[in-house]
Amino acid sequence: MRKIPQYAALLAYMVFLAFPLVWLLSTALKTPQEMAGLDPTWIPADPTLANFSDAFGEQDLIGAGLRSLIVALASSALTVAVALPASYALARYQGVLKRVALGWVLVSQVFPFILIIIPLFMVLRQLDLVNTLLGLIVVHVTFTLPFALWMLQGYVRSVPRELEEAASVDGATRLRAIISVVAPLLAPGVVATLLFSFISSWNEFLFALVVLKDPDVMTLPLTLVRFTGPEGVSRLGPLAAASLMATIPSLIFFAIIQRRLRSGLMAGAVKG
Amino acid sequence: MTATATKPAPPARHARGRQRPRHNREMWVLMLPALVPVVLFSVGPLLYGIGLAFTDAEAGRNHETTFVGLANFVDLLGDDDFWSSMRIGLIWSVTVTVLQFLASLGLALLLNQKLFLRGLARVLAVVPWAMPPVVIGLMWRLVYHPDAGIVNSTLGTDINWLADFSWALPAIIVMGIWSGMPQTTVVLLAGLQNVPKELYEAGAMDGAGTWRKFWSITLPQLRPIIVTITSLDFVWNVNQFSLVYVLTQGGPGGQTRLPMLFAYEEAFRYGFFGYAAALGVSIVIVVLALLGVYLWRQLREAS
Repeated sequence: MRKIPQYAALLAYMVFLAFPLVWLLSTALKTPQEMAGLDPTWIPADPTLANFSDAFGEQDLIGAGLRSLIVALASSALTVAVALPASYALARYQGVLKRVALGWVLVSQVFPFILIIIPLFMVLRQLDLVNTLLGLIVVHVTFTLPFALWMLQGYVRSVPRELEEAASVDGATRLRAIISVVAPLLAPGVVATLLFSFISSWNEFLFALVVLKDPDVMTLPLTLVRFTGPEGVSRLGPLAAASLMATIPSLIFFAIIQRRLRSGLMAGAVKG
Repeated sequence: MTATATKPAPPARHARGRQRPRHNREMWVLMLPALVPVVLFSVGPLLYGIGLAFTDAEAGRNHETTFVGLANFVDLLGDDDFWSSMRIGLIWSVTVTVLQFLASLGLALLLNQKLFLRGLARVLAVVPWAMPPVVIGLMWRLVYHPDAGIVNSTLGTDINWLADFSWALPAIIVMGIWSGMPQTTVVLLAGLQNVPKELYEAGAMDGAGTWRKFWSITLPQLRPIIVTITSLDFVWNVNQFSLVYVLTQGGPGGQTRLPMLFAYEEAFRYGFFGYAAALGVSIVIVVLALLGVYLWRQLREAS
């Protein structure tokens, strides 16, 4: 009984957190007739999945989804491939380079995007990479790289150095020790970093907006924004449906890492 | 983890002088694949971008760029749009950061207790984190929609929230709080779980009540985490672009034109690269100054 105020507060939080989501879902399930009516209601009178199939017909949503997939897969694979050796170096060796690299990870978080995106746009224009997926992949790799480095070097550090040393006492070369001892233990960290980079790229909007001008090469977030257009209500249903579908990859990702988010990962990250 | 920590340090097997140079070379080789793209596409552009702030660079390919010194900054100081954008940006960042922190602290305290439904609330609390910013923006457009939105029909009002001069900024602030709560809550919750239980037991023995424990144990213990997360939130909020671009595009009449939106427009709508870069540099200066004062005060109070 003493906990009634707590439950009231928790309920208020849950309402605040959930109501936009419920509204999105509700809008996605409404018929155009109901959307046009006055007095919108929480629960659709005549729930329909037609909006989801309509969404596919509009604005080349499938093409945009595929392009997003290509960009996200390529940039996450590249990010991890490039970050992996460097993160090993950061975790295992000391030196000036290490301090500079870790300092850069912090600095890159503080500086506004505009200072990087203008020169980057000029570079991409010189290389004729504006309006191409390759250009966007390059941009995504560079902007995910600092955080991916940070994540991976944390995972490398959690692999005890003694294991490697034991392997080299047994006569393994350093490379051999890394491949057969460190790599298997690092696999979960690599997967987590891959997923993180994939989602960053999948969700990214500002760089895509600057790099991709032509509707034929636009990624999913850009296509979704173009969807809205004028303030008519008839297309809100398909828009809501498309938005829900665009969220699915990130939801899967968060379902996977949810447990770690709550306990280990964050606690470790905060303590440094 | 603990087993390895308690072992004595392994004796150095190599002479130091022999090991160092080889290690350094290995480190460079391993770092190279990451260094090249970072320097080429991140460090380089950043320095170049800062340099652009002192030129009259424009988007047109045929434009001849010349060094103009501080002219862009002088122009900025005389630009009413700049001042109004900075004012809106500060109101937005400070309000969102403070309210986000208070709301998240309350939620984290609740989630740290043994309450029924806690699991569901925890899932709900991270959902905004899992959503693409564009989808969050579009979702809130539906929420605020004058005809088909839930806010008007619930409150019985007839306001076009996102197009109203006095309501647009509060409306995007509510969205900002909603979308940033997960990170802050998760970090604060992790901090709460790391507060040693013995402190509360000792507090209880001294007869401290709930409030007293919160003020004298929880808050001081959380302090480093609070300072870190509020600083990060502040920087993220100042740099916010996508959410607000999708929701209002800076309108109505520039009432929600955050500094990043202003800079984006100057650079990619009007093509004034140099001017936009100067804007970026000014934002960095303001942010670093504010953060510096904040961190300095926190450090002084802590010691």
